[in-house]
Amino acid sequence: MINQLEEIKSRAQSELEHIKDTIGLETWRVRYLGKKSDLTQVLRGLAELSIDEKKSVGMAANQLKLLLEDIFKQREKALQETRILSTAAKESVDITLPGRRPPIGHLHPITQTIEEICDIFSSMGFQIMAGPEVELEYFNFDALNISAGHPSRDNMSSSWIDQSDNTGKKSMLLRTHCTSNSARAIAKLKPPVRVLTPGKVYRYEASDATHTSMFHQFDGIVVDKHVTMADLKGTLYEFVQRFFGENRKARFRCDFFPFVEPGVELAIECAVCKGRGCSLCHNTGWIEVGGAGMTHPEVLRQAGLDPGEYQSFAFGIGIERLPMLRYGIDDIRLFYGGDLRFLRQF
Amino acid sequence: MKVSVKWLKDYVDISISAVDLANRLTMAGNEVASVKVQGANWGNVFVGKLVAINPHPNADRLRLATVDLGQEQHAVVCGAPNLTLGDNICFATLGAELLDGHTGQMIKLKPAKIRGVESKGMVCSEMELGLSKNHEEILVLAADAPLGMPLSEYMGDAVIDLEVTPNRPDCLSVIGIARETAALTGQKVHVASVNYAENESLVEKKIAVEIQSPDLCSRYSASLITGIKIKPSPKWMHDRLIACGMRPINNIVDISNYVMLEYGQPLHTFDYDKIVGQKIIVRRASENETITSLDGVERKLNSRMLVICDAARAVAIAGVMGGANSEVTDQTVNILLEAASFKPACIYITGNTLGLSSESRYRFERGISAEMTVPALKRATQLIVELGEGLAAKGYIDVYPGKQAMKSVELACSRVKSMLGIEISLDGIIAALQGLGIECQIVSGDKIKAVPPYWRSDIKIEADLIEEVARVIGYDMIPLTLLAEPLPHLTPDPIFDLIKNIRRGLTANGFNEVLNFSLVGLDTLQKLDPDRAPITDLPVRVANPMTADMEYLRTTFRANLLNIYAANRRFETGSIRLFETGKIYLKCKNDLPDERETFCAVMGGLRYTESWQNNDQKLDFYDIKGIAEGLLQRLGLNPVFVKAQDKGLHANKQADIYLSKTRIGVLGEFHPKVALAFDIFEPVYLLEIDLKTLVSFSTVEKNYKPVPKFPAIVRDMALIIDAGITHQQVQTIIRGFPLVEQVDIFDVYSGEQVMAGKKSLAYRISFRSAEHTLTDEEVNQVFLDILNRLTSELGAVLRS
Ligand SMILES: [Zn+2]
Repeated sequence: MINQLEEIKSRAQSELEHIKDTIGLETWRVRYLGKKSDLTQVLRGLAELSIDEKKSVGMAANQLKLLLEDIFKQREKALQETRILSTAAKESVDITLPGRRPPIGHLHPITQTIEEICDIFSSMGFQIMAGPEVELEYFNFDALNISAGHPSRDNMSSSWIDQSDNTGKKSMLLRTHCTSNSARAIAKLKPPVRVLTPGKVYRYEASDATHTSMFHQFDGIVVDKHVTMADLKGTLYEFVQRFFGENRKARFRCDFFPFVEPGVELAIECAVCKGRGCSLCHNTGWIEVGGAGMTHPEVLRQAGLDPGEYQSFAFGIGIERLPMLRYGIDDIRLFYGGDLRFLRQF
Repeated sequence: MKVSVKWLKDYVDISISAVDLANRLTMAGNEVASVKVQGANWGNVFVGKLVAINPHPNADRLRLATVDLGQEQHAVVCGAPNLTLGDNICFATLGAELLDGHTGQMIKLKPAKIRGVESKGMVCSEMELGLSKNHEEILVLAADAPLGMPLSEYMGDAVIDLEVTPNRPDCLSVIGIARETAALTGQKVHVASVNYAENESLVEKKIAVEIQSPDLCSRYSASLITGIKIKPSPKWMHDRLIACGMRPINNIVDISNYVMLEYGQPLHTFDYDKIVGQKIIVRRASENETITSLDGVERKLNSRMLVICDAARAVAIAGVMGGANSEVTDQTVNILLEAASFKPACIYITGNTLGLSSESRYRFERGISAEMTVPALKRATQLIVELGEGLAAKGYIDVYPGKQAMKSVELACSRVKSMLGIEISLDGIIAALQGLGIECQIVSGDKIKAVPPYWRSDIKIEADLIEEVARVIGYDMIPLTLLAEPLPHLTPDPIFDLIKNIRRGLTANGFNEVLNFSLVGLDTLQKLDPDRAPITDLPVRVANPMTADMEYLRTTFRANLLNIYAANRRFETGSIRLFETGKIYLKCKNDLPDERETFCAVMGGLRYTESWQNNDQKLDFYDIKGIAEGLLQRLGLNPVFVKAQDKGLHANKQADIYLSKTRIGVLGEFHPKVALAFDIFEPVYLLEIDLKTLVSFSTVEKNYKPVPKFPAIVRDMALIIDAGITHQQVQTIIRGFPLVEQVDIFDVYSGEQVMAGKKSLAYRISFRSAEHTLTDEEVNQVFLDILNRLTSELGAVLRS
């Protein structure tokens, strides 16, 4: 019987070597490993043998079974490999044809800018906040030391809401700056405060290439015991360099805003002329991007803070200007036109 | 405010260039918009005199001119027709840079041989000096022009155009800018004393002034000049007025403008002989009182305005415009000159109500110190006496009911450091302040008592003084430091993360973000209703809308997005997918509107990106629904969809989106009438979610469930069921059974293969136990139970 097993083994091996396809392989499997295979016959015949023979033949038969299974798997894998490789060898594509693209959407450049600004200031410990766009006259003006009849109210021509408050006064307007929310923030939060409010602001102004009646600003305020103008300068210069790059110069100069004293105008070096002067920067070499300063004591007092105990700085910067300068966009109205040919560029 | 540097030099020594000065002024708060320099290139050009003119030996049209520069003489060839012996002219020596009269290019003057005669220099035309296009004739200077003086010194000037901030009315004047210049360059301002001859008759005998409204007029000063001649003012005054943007008219008008520019104090001139009763009364106008102003318009006044009157009637609207009845004309011989101080708010209201703007109003509105009236009055009187050949009456009238002493302000020098972050010595602080005319007195230790000069009424508090110090030392000197205080506790608003997440989810699905104005027109909103019914519940309205389509605060994004959709459809052939996040504004009675963070997405057109594989499937309802499901799945949320009834959407293709029992939004196809109203001729789909509501769900903490240990068994179940039964009805029943882990529908069919009124739904059900490996028997039992339940409740039968 052992001889019979040897014969099965050599026959199976030599037959397997000649098999080239899956059908042949399946026939082989049925013949040598199936229920009616020669090997099965041998195993059935075991019953008639002595115990010793049973043991030795049984072991040899089982070993043969394992061997056959093993060479079957090897052959099956080898055939599969040959098939895959030969198919692959025949295939080819025109790599210059366009790919099958999922639709790609773009974030609005203003959104991208705001997210970048928020990231920069968040990393400096500022909390991002939002506030109402329809604002009370109090927070937009009075709390910011801009009393009625102040020329600064005229400079920021506002859109008033045609609706009375609970005192019967028309005291609501579309906020003219996000500084209104800084006023809210310091009235609500306990110092130390670092708050940044990005958002929409509104002016009663006709549209042209550099003006729209709605645009975006971000406004920051910091209140603590030892905040200085040097800190303000460091903070804003840090922002400029992180937004525009390490080499971009920034400038602080004296300016007037009713809610700060001393007041500051922040400008960045003109990228077009590198500070030498050109038409974009009106030959000054600098481009104004925002206002800032040490919060006016009256503003702190309005928020219930003691200007003797707390010091504070605040800043407000226009947002549209930043991507316009970065990308060379020459018409602010493009941001609000919804033209996909524009939006897909960002 | 335009100011000539030459004029400034009357009051302060300036050793730096106009551009440097402009930069200093800008840095210190008076932003310079532009600097126009005349004569910047006039090196090597001098004032000379023609002392000899001889014929050229070889050319009839050329002559040999000898020019005397005081120290030396030059002989040059010249072809100008107006060469006149004894004239003062501009002479360029070798090396001068001039504009070539023929080519228009800048050239450097070199020695030349002209028709055989050596010529080293040039007598210049206006064009060669860059003054005009005239290069035929040479420029002739005044007879008193000093020989040998560099032309840039004699005729050069620079005009600096300043944008003066509202807190600095004192800088709306040449003297004000001179004071700034002095403080910033370490110089002193020198104002020459004003002297003029007076006659014997006392001004008090000729005119009496009474202020009846001292609350609106704190001071009224006046002088009288008799026997004047109205004529043009001299060239020097013309030049300065023109340089500062004013049009010369006659000597009297020009003088009042000139002194206003110089001192910042507006003046008014009356024809004294038209003043009735030798009396000036300053009072509130009566309601509906009228006056014809200088421009010939009859003006209706009210009691909030101030008028200047004589014994009979109003003769001027105070601070804003004079009256025609007292106007100075060519026949005028006696001038009553006014310099007064009016309340800024009163001038503002008057000017605004009457719609009158003027240089005078601009200055009064910003607040001119009352102390300024007399110096300006005297200066103008002097000029009228000189240039109008008149005589001043003795003395001047000065009624001053509102005199106020300047209040002192205390400054603790340690505060300078704690505010600015830079150490400045006590001496440095005092020097900076004194340079600005602020009197300083050390009170104790590091405390200073500072009294600002009368023209600096804007300095009221310690911070104002600190700014003055910073301005003078320069903001450039302030170091850069980063906040060193401990970080405050942060409590970020979760809505920002939610918005960010939604935006990312939408762009990943091909949506482009747009931004629209928050204001819309009623017409546009109305288009969202297929019946175009008038909107009765009006949104929040702006009282002063710019245009009719910017009148109301938006209550929906739909209109703007459809407009943009339609605009893009003109050139986009594939799919259009747009979204916006932002606020809608819902009216609240007597309160600020409810501003709700919302997002809205619209899409239509092709499902896939256009490609060479020609897949022209169109987007449909299930695409927008899939977007909604995907977005919410990103947030770990399982929405439920319920048939909705939104008027603006297709009646049978819309669903409200619920999270448990809360409606968070709606999706569906726009009603075709609405799409058509926006000129859209294809189905457009909408997804709208209220983020303010969604945020309470998206912030729920997620719980981890262990990854399954035991394998699942999957069975398919194809059902024939009434067409009216929804997928959700079936799914809910299946999900209710134990061991059912997941139910997916993979086929929906209605058509020839099934009976009319029926449809086939095919489900793939996944069974799993957390405790053990399921057996076929267990699963078969549940499968049968499910089927029985579907049959009894929904009449479903297994599809054979
Ligand atoms: Zn530039």
